[in-house]
Amino acid sequence: MSNADLLSAHVKEEIEHWKSRFPEGKQRSAVISSLHAVQHENDGYLTAELMNAVADYLDLPTIHVYEVATFYSMFQTKPVGRHNVAICTNVSCMLRGADDIVEHVENKLGIKLGESTEDGRIYLKREEECLAACCGAPMMMVDHKYHENLSTDQIDELLNGLD
Amino acid sequence: MAYEQNLTCFSTFGQERSYSLDTYEKNHGYQAWRKIIAGDLTPAEVIEEVKASGLRGRGGAGFPTGLKWSFMPRDASMQKYLVCNSDESEPGTCHDREVLRHNPHALVEGMAIAAYAMGATVAYNYIRGEFIDEPVPRFEAAVKEAYDAGLLGKDIQGSGIDFDLYAFVGAGAYICGEETALLESLEGKQGKPRFKPPFPANYGLYGKPTTINNTQSLASVPAIIRNGAAWYSSLGPEGSGGTAQFSVSGHIESPGNYELPMGIPFKDLLDLCGGVWKGRKLKAVIPGGSSCRVLPAEIIMDCTMDFSSLQQVGSSFGTGAVIVMDDTTCMVKVLRRISRFYMAESCGQCTPCREGTGWLYRMLTRVLEGKGQEEDLDKLVDVANKIEGHTICALGDAAAWPVQSFLKHYRHEFEYMVRNHGRSVVDDPAEAAA
Repeated sequence: MSNADLLSAHVKEEIEHWKSRFPEGKQRSAVISSLHAVQHENDGYLTAELMNAVADYLDLPTIHVYEVATFYSMFQTKPVGRHNVAICTNVSCMLRGADDIVEHVENKLGIKLGESTEDGRIYLKREEECLAACCGAPMMMVDHKYHENLSTDQIDELLNGLD
Repeated sequence: MAYEQNLTCFSTFGQERSYSLDTYEKNHGYQAWRKIIAGDLTPAEVIEEVKASGLRGRGGAGFPTGLKWSFMPRDASMQKYLVCNSDESEPGTCHDREVLRHNPHALVEGMAIAAYAMGATVAYNYIRGEFIDEPVPRFEAAVKEAYDAGLLGKDIQGSGIDFDLYAFVGAGAYICGEETALLESLEGKQGKPRFKPPFPANYGLYGKPTTINNTQSLASVPAIIRNGAAWYSSLGPEGSGGTAQFSVSGHIESPGNYELPMGIPFKDLLDLCGGVWKGRKLKAVIPGGSSCRVLPAEIIMDCTMDFSSLQQVGSSFGTGAVIVMDDTTCMVKVLRRISRFYMAESCGQCTPCREGTGWLYRMLTRVLEGKGQEEDLDKLVDVANKIEGHTICALGDAAAWPVQSFLKHYRHEFEYMVRNHGRSVVDDPAEAAA
């Protein structure tokens, strides 16, 4: 059995969709999108087996996939909670109280930045860099969705609503 | 003084379904592109028009866009690429996201015109990964609408012009905003800047001639071709043609993205955004994203927001991201946060940047924790000087400039903190006022 058999039909379809955008033989350009697709189906993180599967499917050496997975901040290479919560703490958000928001969320969830809740529900991403929503500061991203001009009430409601 | 807003990139903002083809066409969208399809403009004429408009790159460096286009080889037989940089990630900057969400057709049309001018038949828009939920689908929907309307594709409306446009989605790395790191990333590799020369115009994506332009530079092009170079250049002062998209953030009453003529006095921009929040006093402004040198209130209040005015006072226009700080702001704390960013985002390729950015962050942390020493302040500047100019790409310079400028203008705050074991001057109002 080939490693690539680990990939679902949907993921393969996604990979083909991206591959078609690049010239023949330049399938390496599809590595990032492939990893997004695989990670999305695997509750938000990558495993060595899944990375090997992507390499096999794209007919690339595994290092071409590993080096991408470890370079970019959106890829997680260790198990994390299934909901990804990222609070921007960069300068525009900091000026409008991001540090207090981080403290509030850490206290509420009982974990520190970079950790996941014990029930595997929430991953609180390590101190997040600018997400380009500076005029809506303070802001955070929950499973790719932007939430701006945050108040602690709003945050509580958002976090409580995650299954 | 009243200013006309939203003249180019933001032209459809506030209108119903501002992102749709219908709305864009009601705002004269695709008129310029249709003129080209009809055979009324040669590539050389397009380049001359953009040159004459005074449009300068909106991604931070301010390089003249038309001149950049003219660097592409003329040879029509070879594959050439156009790449748009929508990897918006300079701290404080959030206006490309607005173009992608609310007026994506301006970018699609701008890319089509740019590609035609340079003889590129394929283009990619590199969009940062975090934009996957809203800006990416909006852009892709616009591309699809344009294909369905026969505005993109092969032999477009029988004109003989081929142009295919695709989105590409990144995965989180500030360095990919650097144009050669972006190309590496687009090729599926780590985003590590390439040594130049060769420049992308000769050896770019897949080794082929490539031009990379910022989202707003490209989204400004349709209005320039439609209304003429003279119209665009007259919107701003000499050397800074057109409009700028300002992201005004931080301690401001009405933060937001404002498209205004280049050269607007800072004072007027501040008024337009409702002034400093909570009726407080202005302390400092970073005028163009966190890589630009900070300017104290008394300097920026006399500046106009354009390339030459900000350069004359030792800073730069950057991305038009205006970060406002009031008089309660601890400058040591702000600088430490900025330094952490460059440490986290250094790609690690060049030793001065990889090691130096960590030194800067750790020394600033030491000062904040009350363990700083007087000589640390000279050492900070020394380390910054040793990074600046000694790296493959500009990230090293971007890490150095904030340190140099914060210490130049606010050295007393750093000294106060060292002497008082971590206490900030802003927590001691009598001292702060003196």
